[in-house]
Amino acid sequence: MKKLAYFPGCAMKDQARPDEAGTLHALAALGYEVAEIPRWNCCGTVYSLAQDDLMRHVGPVRNLIRVQGMGEKRVLTLCAMCYGTLKRSSQFVREEERLARINAFLDTEEDFRGGIEVVHLLPLLRDEVGYEKLASQVKRSLNGLKVATYYGCVLLRPREFAVDDPDRPEVMERVVEALGGEPVPFPERMECCGAYLTVGRSDIVTERVGRILRSARGGGADLVVTTCPLCQFNLAERRPAAAPTLPVLYLGQVLGWAFGADEPANLFPLGVRDE
Amino acid sequence: MASELNLSRDRLEAPFSRRVEELSGENPYACYQCGKCSAGCPFADHMDALPNQVLRLVQLGDEAALRLSAPWVCASCLACAVRCPKGVDIAKTMEALRLLSLRKGITPAPVVPDRPYPQIALVGAYRKLTP
Amino acid sequence: MNEVTVFIMGKGYRVPEGLTIMKAMEYAGYRLGRGCGCRGGYCGACATVYRLRGDYRLYADLACQTPVQDGMYIAQLPFTPAERPPYQLADLQPRGETLLALFPELARCVACNTCTKACPQKLEVMDAVQAALRGDIPQVAEFTFDCVSCGLCTMRCPAEISHHHVWQLARRLNGAYLTPRALHVQKRVQEIAAGVFKSDLDALLSLGRDALVAAYKAREIES
Repeated sequence: MKKLAYFPGCAMKDQARPDEAGTLHALAALGYEVAEIPRWNCCGTVYSLAQDDLMRHVGPVRNLIRVQGMGEKRVLTLCAMCYGTLKRSSQFVREEERLARINAFLDTEEDFRGGIEVVHLLPLLRDEVGYEKLASQVKRSLNGLKVATYYGCVLLRPREFAVDDPDRPEVMERVVEALGGEPVPFPERMECCGAYLTVGRSDIVTERVGRILRSARGGGADLVVTTCPLCQFNLAERRPAAAPTLPVLYLGQVLGWAFGADEPANLFPLGVRDE
Repeated sequence: MASELNLSRDRLEAPFSRRVEELSGENPYACYQCGKCSAGCPFADHMDALPNQVLRLVQLGDEAALRLSAPWVCASCLACAVRCPKGVDIAKTMEALRLLSLRKGITPAPVVPDRPYPQIALVGAYRKLTP
Repeated sequence: MNEVTVFIMGKGYRVPEGLTIMKAMEYAGYRLGRGCGCRGGYCGACATVYRLRGDYRLYADLACQTPVQDGMYIAQLPFTPAERPPYQLADLQPRGETLLALFPELARCVACNTCTKACPQKLEVMDAVQAALRGDIPQVAEFTFDCVSCGLCTMRCPAEISHHHVWQLARRLNGAYLTPRALHVQKRVQEIAAGVFKSDLDALLSLGRDALVAAYKAREIES
């Protein structure tokens, strides 16, 4: 069994619990001993783009210190937004002066020494597990179910931290194929849903979601999958009346199902809340 | 925007432009106004100035950039950043403009949740839109 | 008698070592109208912040529980302004969503840990905020059981969270909806309502004073 430190993030313990459950089920079958890091805190998404906002990196760095404290060198995240925030923060504080200042502020923690790799589920499946092994371990095939793999923005941008080629990604499609599904092409797969604008400008998000769902249906999709809880919320809750109705699931739910997890009992159709 | 343009060194190296550059870490003068960012921005339709226009104002030291609604409609999706042929991360510039307003106590887009939201939505909204 | 110097409202006083901050203030001649309550470390009224000579740190504690130290530089919080939204417990669901809907500023937490440093009860305040963010109400209730609502964390928090109001809601939700019911109490109440003890109670009420005293002295005492 391969040990893997795991940072869940707030959503995975709340509305995205099915994503975590399904993914952990599959990872266990694939030979991973997943260890949730102790006393973790919210990653504080969205990553702060300013040069001087050191305070915003305290949250992510604290989590990385927990990984360090476990004696682990890398940490898995399932949530795309947690991935982006932790990954970019770990890079931001590589600069000595910033690291020194953060460590000085975190005077009740051990010093962060850097060198922790933040890894998202998708590259783990591609690079470490491999599509072939993934396919060979599947217990229930998706049987050609047509799936629109929605990346959203954080997984692919900025280029430096993208889990795949930001112009022509294919990792989520290959994973779906390995599970027996048929990924469909749709142009809106990498276009932002509007993310946090959903709180103050739901009109913008509704328009974006309409386009994304029309694009997915246009490609022939029966189902949309995503690895971002905010995308899932927007795609499921901000559908304009005229847009196609498509179930929106977490990739982890589909992954878990393919590996024989009890939930979801039926892959399709499924509502927003899978309690 | 003005039809007559008066360029001078003072304008091009205005404290405002320097401050935006410092806060964003991005050189606004690298931009040659090709417009790829604006073409690719999913939210451009809702902006009162296109991303490349916003950057233009920064280049010209024009603090009108701070009074635009564009930075508040930017979702930090970075579509602009990956398309820019000069590698300018306009999303960072947008963030710098937001922060310059927020740090002065100007909050054009107060976050007042009108219904229950998952924490991820609230965390992001407060992070980007409030001081 | 050993004496130490403490600074109250910026003015230095020599007070006996071993006094609490509260006693020291009274020793120095202050009459405490605000910032004083149970004097027993329970009500949270005497929230105090202080610094020590040569130490950059800002400390926070309850005045009635904290012994003075030489060079202590004290300021008190008469009150912590912290608005609490009105709610009806019966209308609420015991979910994370509820906490966030009533206190969306929870989402502003940057995990700076200032609240934890400010807590006189040494609670793991930041961890409680994180539990609230995750929607783990029982965990919040457990972490904050000893909270005295002194408001020190709320005063210091850069995210402007009103912690003690969140904790109170979480504990109420936990108690009302999530903790196991005391079935034996419910059963006893039903028995009383059904009159199972009526004849015993009537018999007691009909005893004269002397018989009542005798019955009391002879009562069964569990040891």
